[in-house]
Amino acid sequence: MTNKIKTWFSTGEPYIWLNAGAVSVSIIMVAGLVILIAVRGLGHFWPADIAAFDYYAEPDAEPVALLGELVDEETVSRARAGKVIYPGETVTRYLIKTGNRDVVGLDFRWVLAAGIQNKSFPEDIIVVERREWGNLYGYLKAIQIDGKTITGTENLWELFEQKVEESNATFEQIRYIEKSQIGKINFGMERLRLKERQYELDGEKTPERLQELNAKRDKFQSEYNQLTERLSELYDELNRNSFVASLSNGREVTVKFLNVVRAHRPNAMGVVEKTGFYFEKLWEFVAEDPREANTEGGIFPAIFGTVLMVIIMAIMVTPFGVVAAVYLREYAKQGPLTRLIRIAVNNLAGVPSVVYGVFGLGFFVYFLGGSIDQLFFEASLPAPTFGTPGLLWASLTLAILTVPVVIVATEEGLSRVPRAIREGSLALGATKAETMWRTVLPMTASAMITGLILAVARAAGEVAPLMLVGVVKLAPSLAIDANAPFLHLDRKFMHLGFHIYDVGFQSPNVEAARPLVYSTALLLVILIITLNLTAIRIRNSLREKYRAAEQG
Amino acid sequence: MSNDQQTEAESFLPDFNSTSAVTYRHFRHVKDVATRYLMAAGGISVIIAITLIAFYLFYVVMPMFKGAEIELVSSYSIPGNDDETTLYLAMEEQHEVGMRINESGEVIFFSTVNGDLRDTFQIPVPAYAEITAISYGDPAERMVGLGLSDGTVVLFQHNYKISYPDDKRLITPELYYPFGQQPLQVLSSGDAIQHLSVQYDEEQATIAAKGYGARVMLLNLSREESMLSDEVEIVEQTGELLLEAEQLQQLIIDKEQRELYAAAESGQIYYFDITDKSDAELIHKVQAVDQGVKITAMEFLTGGISILVGDSNGHIAQWFPVRDENNNYTLEKIRSFEKRDKAIIQIVPEYFRKGFLAINDANELGIYHTTAHRTVLLESIASEGLESLTISPRANAMLIKTADGQLHYWHIDNEHPEISFKSIWGKVWYESRSQPEYIWQSSSASSDFEPKFSLSPLAFGTLKASFYAMLFAMPLAILGAMYTAYFMSSKMRQVVKPTIEIMEALPTVILGFLAGLWLAPFVEKHLPGMFIMLVTIPVSVLLSAAVWGQLPGKVRHKIPDGWEAALLAPVIIIAVLISVQISQPIENLFFNGNMPLWLSQEMGITYDQRNSLVVGIAMGFAVIPTIFSISEDAIYSVPKHLTTGSLALGATPWQTMVRVVLLTASPGIFSAIMIGLGRAVGETMIVVMATGNTAIMDLSIFEGFRALSANIAVEMPESEVGSTHYRILFLAGLVLFIATFFFNTVAELVRQRLRTKYSSL
Repeated sequence: MTNKIKTWFSTGEPYIWLNAGAVSVSIIMVAGLVILIAVRGLGHFWPADIAAFDYYAEPDAEPVALLGELVDEETVSRARAGKVIYPGETVTRYLIKTGNRDVVGLDFRWVLAAGIQNKSFPEDIIVVERREWGNLYGYLKAIQIDGKTITGTENLWELFEQKVEESNATFEQIRYIEKSQIGKINFGMERLRLKERQYELDGEKTPERLQELNAKRDKFQSEYNQLTERLSELYDELNRNSFVASLSNGREVTVKFLNVVRAHRPNAMGVVEKTGFYFEKLWEFVAEDPREANTEGGIFPAIFGTVLMVIIMAIMVTPFGVVAAVYLREYAKQGPLTRLIRIAVNNLAGVPSVVYGVFGLGFFVYFLGGSIDQLFFEASLPAPTFGTPGLLWASLTLAILTVPVVIVATEEGLSRVPRAIREGSLALGATKAETMWRTVLPMTASAMITGLILAVARAAGEVAPLMLVGVVKLAPSLAIDANAPFLHLDRKFMHLGFHIYDVGFQSPNVEAARPLVYSTALLLVILIITLNLTAIRIRNSLREKYRAAEQG
Repeated sequence: MSNDQQTEAESFLPDFNSTSAVTYRHFRHVKDVATRYLMAAGGISVIIAITLIAFYLFYVVMPMFKGAEIELVSSYSIPGNDDETTLYLAMEEQHEVGMRINESGEVIFFSTVNGDLRDTFQIPVPAYAEITAISYGDPAERMVGLGLSDGTVVLFQHNYKISYPDDKRLITPELYYPFGQQPLQVLSSGDAIQHLSVQYDEEQATIAAKGYGARVMLLNLSREESMLSDEVEIVEQTGELLLEAEQLQQLIIDKEQRELYAAAESGQIYYFDITDKSDAELIHKVQAVDQGVKITAMEFLTGGISILVGDSNGHIAQWFPVRDENNNYTLEKIRSFEKRDKAIIQIVPEYFRKGFLAINDANELGIYHTTAHRTVLLESIASEGLESLTISPRANAMLIKTADGQLHYWHIDNEHPEISFKSIWGKVWYESRSQPEYIWQSSSASSDFEPKFSLSPLAFGTLKASFYAMLFAMPLAILGAMYTAYFMSSKMRQVVKPTIEIMEALPTVILGFLAGLWLAPFVEKHLPGMFIMLVTIPVSVLLSAAVWGQLPGKVRHKIPDGWEAALLAPVIIIAVLISVQISQPIENLFFNGNMPLWLSQEMGITYDQRNSLVVGIAMGFAVIPTIFSISEDAIYSVPKHLTTGSLALGATPWQTMVRVVLLTASPGIFSAIMIGLGRAVGETMIVVMATGNTAIMDLSIFEGFRALSANIAVEMPESEVGSTHYRILFLAGLVLFIATFFFNTVAELVRQRLRTKYSSL
């Protein structure tokens, strides 16, 4: 037997299998990671059934009525479970999302499986997503409209849904006024202030000018007053309606419709309804603003910020990367110096991204930005305009970070263009520039695009440098809006990667935020995998093309 | 254009020498040249731009290692009556106004630039008494005590009001007597006060005074709000302590008013605990200088923890009380500074940093920093004898009085005295610590906190993270590369290569988040399982290999060679599941049901949830694709005739692999490892998220660490531009830059040599 094993090992067969095992482990890890993120990220939006049960923390304790959604389940050894009275080698416990943070203090609690009794799924449990304090789980008792209380009618729920819809429509109006119209006035007022300051600095603050400014200011002020009046009307309208719900512990709470985002009765919903609800939530996730310190709502500003930053970066990195590559490969004299430069460029691609962040902060933000502020934005000092982290500097930092990627890819593309094509073009009398422009560069186009896509994919996933040069957890306004000059490069922005870090690690309520972090991560992974697969595909087709060109 | 059309009608091409053709040729030529210059300019500027990074980092870091510079602004004869002896000199925050107190109790405020008088006040010294001693406590409190010949003390504060009439800064000096203008009786005997020390803060003041004899009297005045009304009552408390020596050199009280040090001329230092003023207690007595040497100056370093002792031999030493295991305090000599042979005349601590200035008999000025153990500057600054020195609160200007009655106003440029090679990389004995240590602690709430800028624990953290990551990644990546390049069927290879490339592109923030929020709790829960996997996975692979070998050929031939990895996937998944399943029973059996707890209780090993094991796995995951791709490339491009030759000579595929292929490709694999290491060293988000970020130096796999990169990401946004902290974070960045640049360059050079070798084969 031992001999047999010995000969088997001497064939090397088992070692080969071990090597194969290493590949399998790597692939399983990648696949497992993607699957883990996908399952957790997509599962969150499904409206889970809400269980109602009596909970005995100890066998003889007074039962507590609980309502909630099962989030997690684990079985641990007795030693790890802490103090548990129930018998058994292991302890099974559930993580229940009980919501009602305003009343109970925490939205999650662990319960022991053994202590659960009389579990049921009553159809009339309502789940109300609120603008603050998270979800409310309970039973609808009454609706108050203009001080009148409506109870007990059969279609109370229909009325409730209708009221939610109405209040949401009003709320949309409020938000439009607050964000868009008042935002515009504030922007205008700030402009006027800066103008005045600029006059002051230039010593040109004449009474006429001041009068002109004040006239404009008065106009804004009167507009503002009108808007606030309108707002208070709308708020009054919203504040008149509320509903009463009884919670699991029997307590009744009154909640204003103003505070309701949406409500549903998961236990009464069929699969079709649930699917509809699922997509509604999914849409909210990608298209809405975040709520409640980023733990609820959507991530639209983060998507927007990431995409905008990457676009600006791409606009900067492509021409410079291509020019540098063309110079290195086509124009520079090939010798030890170009070899050295090539090594340096290659190495820069391996320099840690956080170092680029440090450079960006010191050089772009404080040095360049500070100088720009001194020169052009003196009026708003000491509040910095460009002398503080922002979109422009973040894009520029990432452009510097990714330019080696574009250079390397373009150079590779240039090196693959067969000599014969160049020589042919030159022999026909074309100048070097024409050869470049008409024959070589078009053939390299796909290599450049590959480089660009790889650069974009890298930039979209970088977080460490962005933490230093412009990303924030919550940007008050998007970098593109209706106020001239429309694109505000000095603003701070939100970013998907940073959102993951911030919500996952800096959030006060990690448990509540976790599902959203998985969803955000999934979005980012999909984005990056798509970009990379596109790059890989382009590269492969490129290789085929050149192989054909070389043979033909 | 029209010209072109005409010619076109006559012949297909314009005449070679026609104007249009010449112009067009010229235009083309210009375009060609212009493009060349444009490309060169653009290309070179991009290359310069990206190499600028290294230079910029250097540029920011360099000022830290520069010494101090001093510049004489003006000299003038001493303001006020120059017949009288000067007792004390001081400056206010903006170093615009200077103050001089002379022996008759005149307080003279003057402009520091030219010595013009600004204001003069007279301290109410009774006619029958004269000033015999002076003390100025913590200079930041601006409190001066004058000891008189009748055993009384006058306390006053020199304050500066700043106003801006006509947008110009105006500083108005004032005197304030917190306990009234009436002198306080401290020595009941009525002896003249020989030595005096005062300390004052919002709540209380303490005065220590010594007349003739060996007794020191203590007087404590504290403000207490009475219970009934809002009135503030001043409560007096007195005490005394006895010294063995009669001839004192200096008496000082710390700013917390809990400790008193007395230096005897013969060289002993007495260290008293005066927390309870009525019951002062001698904690320790020490001979601070050699026999025959005298103590000539003693001052507190800012913060009131360390004392600086200068002697007649030119030594300056830093001392502070150190606690031993039994909670006993002894006064220890922490470090001493360059010996200058001439007696130290005066030591002047900076107000807010742990630095100080000193002058000696040889007319030399020294600027020092204690934490950095650094002599920032040592310069002979006058030909006349130096008498006294004062520094401005921001340590950017000083006034020096020389024996010829002149005052000299100097500017000091000393931005970063706290940095030295030793304070960054070496062990430093920080205040209130019992031994020299490596500590990173960059900020604190209090202003006189001693910054601890040791990069060693951070560099250690980075290396530790890289070590565990490489431990995890290297075997998987290299073995995988060997298989993929040499044994795998090309069809499967087409799937595996892109998958690994995607693995490389995964944002590390996602890996970090999963490591911190999913893997760390998972590992904690299934700790034994994680180690069992190390056994079950290889064993299951070997077993399935053996079973596969025993299967009938019919089954085996259904699956072509090179698909082993696919076959193994389910086997490995099952092995992992089994390991996780048996984790708990094993834990119950051997580790009392809770392995992390067992580790800390039975083995004394601390277990952090976010530890090096988690980081190793997560960062290993990030590094695997880098190592894999490059080594796979190296192995794949080993010339085919080498392998076919080996196989033809009868070697098995495995023998060919190990003896021929690996040997040829080994430089490539080495460079893969170097590049992987470079990536691990610089990785930021994973270490930020998957460790506790505490800067400890411990190799344990179950504990966390703080890496250089994480430290930059966490602290950079909060550091003040241009401060030492800011620059030292740049230094951390520079260290990372150099390290990765080094790894990558080595890798690149090795790879280039390998390429030439392959092409020659």
